[in-house]
Amino acid sequence: MSFMQIKDLCVHYPIRGGFFNTVVDQVYAVDGITMEFDKGKTYGLVGESGCGKSTTGKAIIGLERITSGSIIYEGEEVTNQRRKRNSAYNRDVQMIFQDSHSSMNPRKRVSDILAEPIRNFTNMTPDEERRRINELLAIVGMPEDAKHKYPHEFSGGQRQRLGIARAVACNPKLIIADEPVSALDLSVQAQVLNFMQDIQDEYGLSYLFISHDLGVVKHMCDDIAIMYRGRFVERGTSKEIYADPRHIYTHRLLSAIPNIEPETRLERKVERLQVEKDYKDKQHNYYDENGKVHPLQPITDTHFVAMLNAEGGN
Amino acid sequence: MSGANELLEIKNLSTSFRIKDDFFPAVDDVSLTLKKNEILAIVGESGCGKSTLATSIVGLHNPNNTKVTGEINYKGKNLVTMTDEQFNNVRGADIGFIFQDPLSALNPLMKIEQQIEESLIYHTKLAKAERQARVLQLLEQVGIPNPPRVAQQFPHQLSGGMRQRVMIAIALACKPPIIIADEPTTALDVTIQAQILDLLKELQAETESGIILITHDLGVVAEVADRVAVMYAGQVIEEAPVVELFRNPKHPYTRSLLNSIPQMNSEGDKLNVIHGIVPSLKNLPRTGCRFSPRIPWIDRATHEDNPTLHEVAPDHFVRCTCWKTFHFEDEGGSVQ
Repeated sequence: MSFMQIKDLCVHYPIRGGFFNTVVDQVYAVDGITMEFDKGKTYGLVGESGCGKSTTGKAIIGLERITSGSIIYEGEEVTNQRRKRNSAYNRDVQMIFQDSHSSMNPRKRVSDILAEPIRNFTNMTPDEERRRINELLAIVGMPEDAKHKYPHEFSGGQRQRLGIARAVACNPKLIIADEPVSALDLSVQAQVLNFMQDIQDEYGLSYLFISHDLGVVKHMCDDIAIMYRGRFVERGTSKEIYADPRHIYTHRLLSAIPNIEPETRLERKVERLQVEKDYKDKQHNYYDENGKVHPLQPITDTHFVAMLNAEGGN
Repeated sequence: MSGANELLEIKNLSTSFRIKDDFFPAVDDVSLTLKKNEILAIVGESGCGKSTLATSIVGLHNPNNTKVTGEINYKGKNLVTMTDEQFNNVRGADIGFIFQDPLSALNPLMKIEQQIEESLIYHTKLAKAERQARVLQLLEQVGIPNPPRVAQQFPHQLSGGMRQRVMIAIALACKPPIIIADEPTTALDVTIQAQILDLLKELQAETESGIILITHDLGVVAEVADRVAVMYAGQVIEEAPVVELFRNPKHPYTRSLLNSIPQMNSEGDKLNVIHGIVPSLKNLPRTGCRFSPRIPWIDRATHEDNPTLHEVAPDHFVRCTCWKTFHFEDEGGSVQ
């Protein structure tokens, strides 16, 4: 049973102009997406830059105003509600940011950074708080004396791990991870991804994993949604998306990923050019006249694709 | 040294940065050669010295706080000892440079046409009309739709992929035999990345130039490179043709890196993590195998005291001897 549902979420930004600075148009950053979150699963949100994936994450946690649609958390409507600082939703949904450097206050020590969510959401005595902070540092594999340091004293991977520690401080149910590893080197990236999986196994967290890297998403996620121009073009389990992509945009994304097999690169290039050509020729089958993505149609119980007639369209 | 095909020869190049009164080498005794019509990829994590190597080749370092020693031989001349005036004749004309971030590398106040024209004015004797024709031709060559319009635009009006194409057009303007591309696709989406890499390859086939491609992305390397040099802590630790490197990686670092890529065809398994962190310039051990602190379970005796590159197969070089006994930590064997 899912603990959280998102229905027809839209985030539109007005474009103002003209003489009276009136609203002349809208940017449809997120334009009607529907998702459900189950306990202990990882959901991938993939797309190219500007497709609205980060906006979706921010809208869910409440950093962006939702234009229409609703978010229901454990049966309760939480869309654009004025929430108390220590409401259950604020505690249970946390975020890991892409840039760990700018998401931490440079003038606070690690102990204060990690204590902030604890002080906001729980009533711990200073002693318990100290113990919890040590525990958190141990979870992400950092030495205890790290808590006396400032964020700039750590490397990128270490800082990202502190970001994770802060996010898990109050045992959340859902963590929104907005490109958590895209600024990291390969070996450090592996480290952070492993930590995220360990923590998930231990606490039964769910992740919304936002990324443009299809390799990482495949490694981490159970369910994947491909996003384009603010809408989902395809949604399904990891297996369905990678083994049986139906939408032409998914094809295009998958064929563009570099593979570490130099022997087959010529074949892949031929395939890529073919897909690219198909993409140009058959676009009208997949988008309406305004370039808008069609509504999702079910193919199987878990696999949805945005086409007019899902059966014959492939 | 195999004669005529050689474009550029880097010999024992070291680039050191000054920290207080000491010099610390970011690039340490690197020797590489670039042949005609090949793409040589230089791979490594941040801080391994790959970009410093690239900027050393085109002499972009401030002599007040950097020290460049060794030789970079191009057409019988040593670039390292050149004066700035001499170097200006080489940059642009003989060596084109593609920067990572096109928005900060392009001048925001100049139209695209002027920026491409700049190196034509400096290096060729073309008349204005000829130059403008060449600019349009270049823009078309790099796949920009409607070149006459784009030529009159400013960088901020273009998308990231288009800007990167303009950077490539600038690098190609004087048809240089050598192109250095420093992370040309890192900031781009995968579909645009694929297009830019295809474009680089096509242009290279046309002009028969040699390309040095600096990247941290092993996927990109597998897609386009002919030969690969892997760098760690300022040194080249492995060098091999691309297929050989991906099929028979030898050095522990190369193998660890390849094992930490989240693969498209493997699911759920734990990724390999390399112990410890990349040592900073200041604390780099200057003797012994620089990778040894990160594979502590390997017997110290298997490292060389002064690791050098050994040819283990034709054209395949590996530094140090520790690769012979190397195994991953969880693979068993004698744990030290």
